[in-house]
Amino acid sequence: MNATTGGIGTAMLRKEDPKLLTGENKFVDDIHVNGELWMGMVRCTSAHAKIVSIDTSGAEAMPGVHSVYTGQQLADMELWAAPLPCAWPVTEDMLNPPHWPVAVDTARHVGEIVAVVLADSRYQAADAVEHVVVEYDYQPAVASIAAARDGDAKAHLELDTNKAYTWELVPDPDALAAAFENPAHHVSADFVQQRLIPAAMEPRGVLAVPSPMGGEITLYSATQVPHILKVMIAATTGLPEQKLRIIAPSVGGGFGAKLNVNPDELLAVTLANRLGRAVRWTETRSEAVGSTHQGRGQLQHIEIAADENGKIQGVRAHLDADMGAYMMLITPGVALLGSFLYTGVYDVPAFGFSCDGYFTNLTPTDAYRGAGRPEASYAIERAMDILAAKVGVGPDEIRRRNYINGGEFFEDHEAASTLIFDSGNYAPNLEKALELAKYEELKAEQARRREAGDGKQLGIGMCTYVEICGLAPSRALGGLNYGAGGWEHATVRMLPTGKVEVVSGSTPHGQGHETAWSQIIATKMGVSSDDVTVLHSDTALSPLGLDTYGSRSLAVGGVAISMAAEKLIEKAKLIAAHQFEASPDDLEFVDGSFSVKGTPAKSVHIQELGFAAFAAHDLPDGMEPNLQEQVSFDPPNFAFPFGTHVAVVEIDEVTGGVELVDYIAVDDCGTQVNPMIVEGQLHGGIVQGAAQALWEIAMYDDDGNPTNPSFMDYLVPSAAEVPYMKTDYTVTPSTSNPLGVKGAGEAGTIGSAAAVMNAVVDALSPYGVEDMDMPATPRRVWKAMQGGAS
Amino acid sequence: MIPAAFDYKVAESAEHAVQLLGEYGDESKLLAGGHSLIPMMKFRLATPTVLIDVGRLSDMRYIRRDNGHISIGAMTRHEQLENSDVLAEACPMLKHVASLVGDPSVRHRGTLGGTMAHADAASDLPAAVLALGGTIVAAGPNGTREIAASDFFSGYFESVLAADEMITEIKVPADTGGWSYQKFNRRAQDWAIVGVAVADGGSGVSLVNMGSTPLRAEAVESALRGGASAADASLMAADGTSPPEDHNADAEYRTHLAKALTARALAEAGAS
Ligand SMILES: Cc1cc2nc3c(=O)[nH]c(=O)nc-3n(C[C@H](O)[C@H](O)[C@H](O)COP(=O)(O)OP(=O)(O)OC[C@H]3O[C@@H](n4cnc5c(N)ncnc54)[C@H](O)[C@@H]3O)c2cc1C
Repeated sequence: MNATTGGIGTAMLRKEDPKLLTGENKFVDDIHVNGELWMGMVRCTSAHAKIVSIDTSGAEAMPGVHSVYTGQQLADMELWAAPLPCAWPVTEDMLNPPHWPVAVDTARHVGEIVAVVLADSRYQAADAVEHVVVEYDYQPAVASIAAARDGDAKAHLELDTNKAYTWELVPDPDALAAAFENPAHHVSADFVQQRLIPAAMEPRGVLAVPSPMGGEITLYSATQVPHILKVMIAATTGLPEQKLRIIAPSVGGGFGAKLNVNPDELLAVTLANRLGRAVRWTETRSEAVGSTHQGRGQLQHIEIAADENGKIQGVRAHLDADMGAYMMLITPGVALLGSFLYTGVYDVPAFGFSCDGYFTNLTPTDAYRGAGRPEASYAIERAMDILAAKVGVGPDEIRRRNYINGGEFFEDHEAASTLIFDSGNYAPNLEKALELAKYEELKAEQARRREAGDGKQLGIGMCTYVEICGLAPSRALGGLNYGAGGWEHATVRMLPTGKVEVVSGSTPHGQGHETAWSQIIATKMGVSSDDVTVLHSDTALSPLGLDTYGSRSLAVGGVAISMAAEKLIEKAKLIAAHQFEASPDDLEFVDGSFSVKGTPAKSVHIQELGFAAFAAHDLPDGMEPNLQEQVSFDPPNFAFPFGTHVAVVEIDEVTGGVELVDYIAVDDCGTQVNPMIVEGQLHGGIVQGAAQALWEIAMYDDDGNPTNPSFMDYLVPSAAEVPYMKTDYTVTPSTSNPLGVKGAGEAGTIGSAAAVMNAVVDALSPYGVEDMDMPATPRRVWKAMQGGAS
Repeated sequence: MIPAAFDYKVAESAEHAVQLLGEYGDESKLLAGGHSLIPMMKFRLATPTVLIDVGRLSDMRYIRRDNGHISIGAMTRHEQLENSDVLAEACPMLKHVASLVGDPSVRHRGTLGGTMAHADAASDLPAAVLALGGTIVAAGPNGTREIAASDFFSGYFESVLAADEMITEIKVPADTGGWSYQKFNRRAQDWAIVGVAVADGGSGVSLVNMGSTPLRAEAVESALRGGASAADASLMAADGTSPPEDHNADAEYRTHLAKALTARALAEAGAS
């Protein structure tokens, strides 16, 4: 006992890792119960088809098969109280046609479930799926955003349009129009945000365990959002919420793809309840392309108006966004999360944004690492490079000229988008990155190679991003028509022996909450982080919470932990004062110990008070026994991390191959609780953004069939493809919370795609290439160098 | 991603494997490293009803020098080729090519016999064996026969091997001249978009992923024999090929890559 160890700021290894690395942790697929049935999904093989008939008799006769249900049968069984939920109807008149867990009369994307088989084993279920015979009446499919916007086919036959909504944010239309009247420089650019497959290391999976006598149901799900799921399952199935328990066991990554309410989750719960037997399913990788939502999927148009020096006068952006076939939990809102960031880190006097959301007959889209913000930062940061070229200055200089507050430190700046940026200090961050990158040397080397006509040209790209995280002030979410709040809940209790138990509402799926929360407790309470245990991810242990997404865990959930600890210390102080027969006001609390000011020799450590509070033999009059406090923290504002990323690429003139040879990132996520975790988040995030720039794209043919649905063709990069990154930090504490923390989970992704693509375009400029779609594949690059179409 | 049901038999020897193949006919398949067969079964692109496991025949894992050539047991894993001292001295090309196959876990399972039998036009080691002018030794119900690598591949994932034959050994000439292997791919673990193997200073040149089988670049070889410069010869690399089209490349780009990589390979191999 005694004294803080492993507190805030310590770069320590994660508590989670030994269990994860040795396989001790249990993921959903590792958990089994007696009598469980496996679901096998019969999935539509066409992007758009009416279901004429389904013959399940062949499958039903197969060994081990318990039953087979079609969408119609499930509807007739009255399993659903409501369709799958969309929590973010972004406009009053947004179209949101019903989305049932199993298609009833029409299926609208490849992979949509049309029937479900229940069998004794996974293999029997897979075999039986092949024997369900579905007769389809094929309909024309809407296979791209352009087709949805310009073509005749409708993704939903009962709708007369594919446009689901138009959302606008134009705070001052007159100012915007004025800014674009005869600007000295006018950038107008179009970019494509291709669809991405989230590809978490652990696929999704579910196991629902009923209690036929008690009526309770426990759902184990590979989810980021057990708390949200519980509410949504109650709402969509009509099952009583108090009988539902959701457990997210170890979850192997999510990147947003596990924050949804999915058909498989609802099927497992309702069928387990109806049959009185446990029901399970684990996604296969091929299945995931149609069973788990995808990310991005936008056509972007951005314009900048600037004066002759390149000082920005206005920015306007328009998106056509691909919803996919249905609105999932926050599908329509993803573009909105980015909308406020099309002005980047710049002082933009006039701003306008609009987004049209379109239905297509493709897998639904939804949040994917960064959700709307990587797209925004890509558009503005690519456009800034174009502006720099027009003005005739370097990419660094155009940024310096436009930073908010001239690049100097600021707090609480109101942007043209109407958001208040908590804090920033952009110019020093840029200079630090340029120094770390040896920018001048890089430019000299680039000039040398250009001069020499070297077969390997160098490209240098930068991105100075800002992002919005720490979702979110509940009122702000309400203002955007989002269906829930953005608070987070925490409980801190001291056990009789002085150890500390923390209950976290925010639910980890690989981030390291157990370690970081322990560090916060260590610093606040003056204990060793080893004395702290963090409970989470089970709605019975942690009944209140809003889970993990939007880089919110630390900036909202971690702050709640800290505040609950403070409350507990206040109560402990009363007990200490009682023992000292002193006034609480005369006590001080240093490094975990209470003492009477001026007489430090007589002190009691907070952990020694745990037993007194538990035994309750001698507490102050009227005090309740036990040391346990809880807090629901609703942040007053978002947090706005920022940073400068510099990417260096080499392009082989002969093959068109692009190699990422160096990557420099100087990020600012405010106060760091565990710098090692920050580093890890950034490395992963940076690679995920670079992956969009160079490797990843979910492709569909004109009929809406996925054409690269396996990891053989959908190229997720490995460590072998990325350089040893050079990372450093500046620290500008947030004003949005008392810890001064911002988020770090998505920042890497938000900065890197633009940095890498700016580098690619820079490398190709000697060949007269001005733009390049993502991913910059060798073939595209080679063709562009030949002057051909990409 | 869930294979269909199958039976599983363990072969005690090559002869036993051949006997089992005869017994179960063309519904059966040999299982070596499983790194091509099992993925195809998971996709249900292959649905053999009996697997005959030859992967445990550890006496078929060897690399030895036998007068003028190197004999390699069919069950030798890529990783053993990659780390072989015998190859380092007598055939560094094969060692190098093995080190470029997939990733470490693939190389610790996949076997030389398996990759030859699989006859994938996109695979690395078959092209190397082809350029080296190697020989495949196969056991069948009537004993063993030797097949020149240049006669071995007959079509898309097809070889001249009979359904009841098993590859037991691969032979390549030792101590040949300058060599190079140019593999162009997008990620370290991927198959080649196009690959070019040059052996023995240019007397053997082969192409990866330029047709339905691993191919010899005969036009290049004969141009070099006829005295053409390496640069001129490399322009013929795609002659007579019908390059496949996929997400990574169309025919035009593959044709370009074949020529460009052949030029690089010939230069590295010291062909002039
Ligand atoms: C992720 C991944 C990446 C890969 N990357 C590459 C790459 O970059 N380059 C590359 O070249 N390869 C690559 N491979 C393929 C790998 O090299 C395989 O291991 C190899 O192609 C097949 O060898 P195997 O021993 O695994 O054969 P198996 O999969 O066991 O068998 C393949 C076929 O050959 C038959 N067979 C096996 N042994 C014999 C025998 N002795 N006689 C007759 N028939 C036999 C089997 O019946 C089957 O039809 C990759 C594989 C994976 C999974």
